[in-house]
Amino acid sequence: MKQRILLPLATAAILIGTWDLAVQLTGTEIFPSPPDVVRALVTLVERKVLWGYIGDSLLRVAGGYVTAVIIGVPLGLLFGWYPALGRAANPLIQMLRPISPLAWMPLAVIWFGVSNIAPMFLIFLASLFPIIVASMHAVRNIPPMYLQAGRNFGLNTPQLLRRVVFPAVLPRILVSLRIAFGVAWIVLVASEMIAVDSGLGYLIIDARNAGKRYDLVVGGMLLIGLIGLALDSAFRLLTEERRWSG
Amino acid sequence: MSKVQFNHLSMRFPGVEVLRDISLDVREGEFVCILGPSGCGKTTLLNIVGGFLQPTEGEVTIDGVRVTQPDPRRIFVFQERGVFPWLTVEQNIGFGLFKLTEEEKRARIAHYVQLVGLVGFERSYPRELSGGMKQRLEVARALAVNPDVLYLDEPFGALDSITRLQMRRELLRIWQAEKKTILFVTHDIEESVQLADRVVVMSQRPAHIQRIVDIDIRHPRDLSAPRYIQLRDSIFAEIGLAHQV
Repeated sequence: MKQRILLPLATAAILIGTWDLAVQLTGTEIFPSPPDVVRALVTLVERKVLWGYIGDSLLRVAGGYVTAVIIGVPLGLLFGWYPALGRAANPLIQMLRPISPLAWMPLAVIWFGVSNIAPMFLIFLASLFPIIVASMHAVRNIPPMYLQAGRNFGLNTPQLLRRVVFPAVLPRILVSLRIAFGVAWIVLVASEMIAVDSGLGYLIIDARNAGKRYDLVVGGMLLIGLIGLALDSAFRLLTEERRWSG
Repeated sequence: MSKVQFNHLSMRFPGVEVLRDISLDVREGEFVCILGPSGCGKTTLLNIVGGFLQPTEGEVTIDGVRVTQPDPRRIFVFQERGVFPWLTVEQNIGFGLFKLTEEEKRARIAHYVQLVGLVGFERSYPRELSGGMKQRLEVARALAVNPDVLYLDEPFGALDSITRLQMRRELLRIWQAEKKTILFVTHDIEESVQLADRVVVMSQRPAHIQRIVDIDIRHPRDLSAPRYIQLRDSIFAEIGLAHQV
């Protein structure tokens, strides 16, 4: 436990030290030192915008991501359970999947205008496909003897889904949800480059455009990283509470 | 009394003939081993009796009724991988008992936890159990729904040889206590002679019944008795193996 906290802290300390040293040695005027970044973030807190930005970003990620979960998991289960449906949908999914969510940006603006919906839509797209694909594969990879045993004990299809299929796919789906959440958080910055005037992604773009405030740019990046780390740890705690694995 | 009847059963998959004209009568309460080389179609045969596959020709009847689908009165036991990892020992045993009242269910679970020697592990998950314990758990889950017939598909194949011997003894004890009809698929000659009332020797693919050997030795069987060795060696000879390494 000590090692799990102390070792990463040591790594962070070394990196920050190197960063500070590098800024001093090169005498750069543009790139901020660690204290500059901290000062910049403190002024954001004082101007009472930081918490609002973080809140707005979290809201957008949550909106897009939760919608993707609500739609993606059942859709993936359906495609996995009915192979014909899966075969019908799979080429479409595989075609849409490699299109970067950023490419949808112009369309998102036409459809949703200047609102919270446009970035949510991009985050939704980014997390939807990994969730569908993972849920579909989770169903296909259920060991056949689980299904056979379920049928053997006289379960009808709804009972089989509830008592065998769902618990059998849960571990894999939880892992995929965690990965998709990471993707959603990554897409956040890009999604906040359009149509909004708040949020951590907006902070970075705005700081650069409105006066090359690289202390705020780096501060925003670090905040995104730290919040991502915290959320992922929370997610892992929630999903690894089980004593069994699939 | 005849319990399970195979009537001229044949099975073809596209391009392969797996089973050819199999007829067999299994008596009520009998322990029958189906013995054959790996890949000869034993598992296919068991899947047909279990109602998971439809034969190309012929039929299986149980108590005179044609088998068309799986039925909780006849339970299939896999190698220990068939237990549900997301359920505890008692939840696994109770899996098929959804039509009983809570009280009946509890009594039934307690009985079978006891029978297969898993007392103290009721709240454990399968991954916390050894291979032999998982195997016993699967047998308990099958027995709990009180089936008349058990189908076992190489159930002890994944266990180490010591555990395997113990499991055979356990299975015989349970079979004698619970009076089930058992169809046991194996590729292990010794195992079949140790367990069965009759050993059905299958041929290579397309599998047909090559010979049926009556094992006329009472349990518990002495594995060095002349009769045991004689029967075992006759099966070795039947399969075309000299009993030498």
